[in-house]
Amino acid sequence: MDSRSFFHHALTVDREKCRGCTHCMKKCPTQAIRIINGKAHVDPKRCIDCGVCMDVCPHKAIGIEQERFNQIFTYPRRVAIIPSLLIGQFEEEYSEEQIINALYDLGFTDVYYGEFGADILRVLGKSTSGYADETPVISSYCPAVIRLIQLSYPSLLPNVNLLRTPAQITALYVREKLEREGVDSEDIGIFYVSGCAAKVGQILTWKSKKNSLIQGGLNLDTLCNILLESVKKHSVNDKERRTYHPVPFITEQSFLWSLVGGESREMSHRTLAIDEIHNVTEFLELVEDDRHEEIDFLELRSCDTGCTGGILAPRNRFLATQRIRYQATKHPSSIPRELSDEILSFKDTLIREIKGERFPQHHALQLDTDPQRALVKLEKVNEIEKILPGIDCGLCGYPSCRTLSEEIAQGNASIRSCCVLKMKHPKQFSRLEKIWGDVIQKR
Amino acid sequence: MHLNYSVKARDFTSAGSVSSAIKKVLKQLNIPPADIKRIIVALYEAEVNIVAHSYGGTIECELSHDRIELTISDEGPGISDLTMAMTEGYSTATEEVREMGFGAGMGLSNIKKNSDVLAIDTAADSPTIIHMTFNLKQGG
Ligand SMILES: Nc1ncnc2c1ncn2[C@@H]1O[C@H](COP(=O)(O)OP(=O)(O)OP(=O)(O)O)[C@@H](O)[C@H]1O
Ligand code: SF4
Ligand SMILES: [Mg+2]
Repeated sequence: MDSRSFFHHALTVDREKCRGCTHCMKKCPTQAIRIINGKAHVDPKRCIDCGVCMDVCPHKAIGIEQERFNQIFTYPRRVAIIPSLLIGQFEEEYSEEQIINALYDLGFTDVYYGEFGADILRVLGKSTSGYADETPVISSYCPAVIRLIQLSYPSLLPNVNLLRTPAQITALYVREKLEREGVDSEDIGIFYVSGCAAKVGQILTWKSKKNSLIQGGLNLDTLCNILLESVKKHSVNDKERRTYHPVPFITEQSFLWSLVGGESREMSHRTLAIDEIHNVTEFLELVEDDRHEEIDFLELRSCDTGCTGGILAPRNRFLATQRIRYQATKHPSSIPRELSDEILSFKDTLIREIKGERFPQHHALQLDTDPQRALVKLEKVNEIEKILPGIDCGLCGYPSCRTLSEEIAQGNASIRSCCVLKMKHPKQFSRLEKIWGDVIQKR
Repeated sequence: MHLNYSVKARDFTSAGSVSSAIKKVLKQLNIPPADIKRIIVALYEAEVNIVAHSYGGTIECELSHDRIELTISDEGPGISDLTMAMTEGYSTATEEVREMGFGAGMGLSNIKKNSDVLAIDTAADSPTIIHMTFNLKQGG
């Protein structure tokens, strides 16, 4: 089995806190949530890990899986790959240098910016949009968008750029560099800091493979808390500090990479940057029907304002964006000669690995794999939908009367779940049951 | 299975809504993506033509596991010279229609290109009835 043919989902529901209030179910853009026995359940086949449910939950019952921080100490060489987003989480009174040094204080031996990978690509002189079979080429950066395409827009999979993400390219480079310095490959642990559920899920999916580029992930919100404590402590007894680590190299342009337009800005052809999942969905519909005008490259991001809107980014997204913009101006606009020479000395390996694997399709919409059987079920769905009240109240635990009809037609739910029918026509149930069959809920 | 929709003339804000509804249905049937694409491209063009050029009409969709049939009918005014209308680039679109981004004269030829069987019944001052058939590849 292709190791990418399953997703590792990072979102979890705390059954104690969940009250089954249906807020998440109603907002889920892929109708992945059901309320069963009063608790929310996320259907792994439909979830894209966008984090919308976590954002809207009034009871803070939805969380994101977290790896232990101490895992980093299983490796003698501990590399942190951070997004520039991390700096954006701090107010300006905390300098970039302080934050970087706090990472070393926590136990990392090396710190790199993930977006430095964009600089590496620049040095290699590689086109950044040439790894897809069809146009418009769709960025492969946002894992939530890729999952959405795999589930609902499989006809657009040939449009997905197979170029690895900047953080992956940075990881490739760091590993090569350390190995050349004589560090044993087994001793290198590379950890990526994620600001969203989609990336946490992506890292856990990668991790499940043998030769993963990245050994683990750290959640941005938790890391920010630890860093803030450490930064505060050190500013008090600053003089005790012995070694200062310089801020890792990154150009101004790459520092801006994760903001909306950051990826497509430097491309010479016609590009479009779209943020927020509903906007993305609306546009994918157009692309699927060939009604997208002459666009060559699409930078699609699931979160509003791009990654600064990630669910694990604690700071206000606009303030974070502002800090990233400001901090970028402190970085050089070109890559020094020695660094580009060094990158070029790894050219062969980097270029060999630059392209990632294809993304398989994961149809979630079909009623049956066999079109003929699917048609029979679809007829059933339409008949059942006519009986249901059509008010999408959600009391049955399904996001809409339509989804309940689909589940009944597939034998996963009973028409008895409809509370409105139960009140209005209690006597009709046994008759309806005879028609549609009663199912004892399996889950 | 049979699906039925009506389409209003001049209603550019909802032009395309029938095509999206039918696309959702086709996806649930696990029809190969390439087939869905050509069906929807053809249907969308016919749907917009009702909105842009006719007095309003209906779209009927007959689904079976190996074939999709679409019947797009309107209440006139009909096409007097069909051969001319089928020519790429020929359009009588009004200024209003062009402002909405239509009127390149590519609709009917796109319909022809994407459907397996196409029959158009029309004449001046008569309804236009377009019948398209799509044969599906087996095994989505
Ligand atoms: N349903 C219809 N009723 C009356 N006339 C029509 C109808 N459909 C098409 N026509 C005529 O045929 C012409 C060509 O149609 P076609 O769809 O190819 O191009 P268009 O609609 O003008 O532009 P485009 O489809 O590229 O936006 C139209 O300009 C119109 O004169
Ligand atoms: S936009 Fe960025 S933060 Fe949001 S889901 Fe995509 S990758 Fe994650
Ligand atoms: Mg037309």
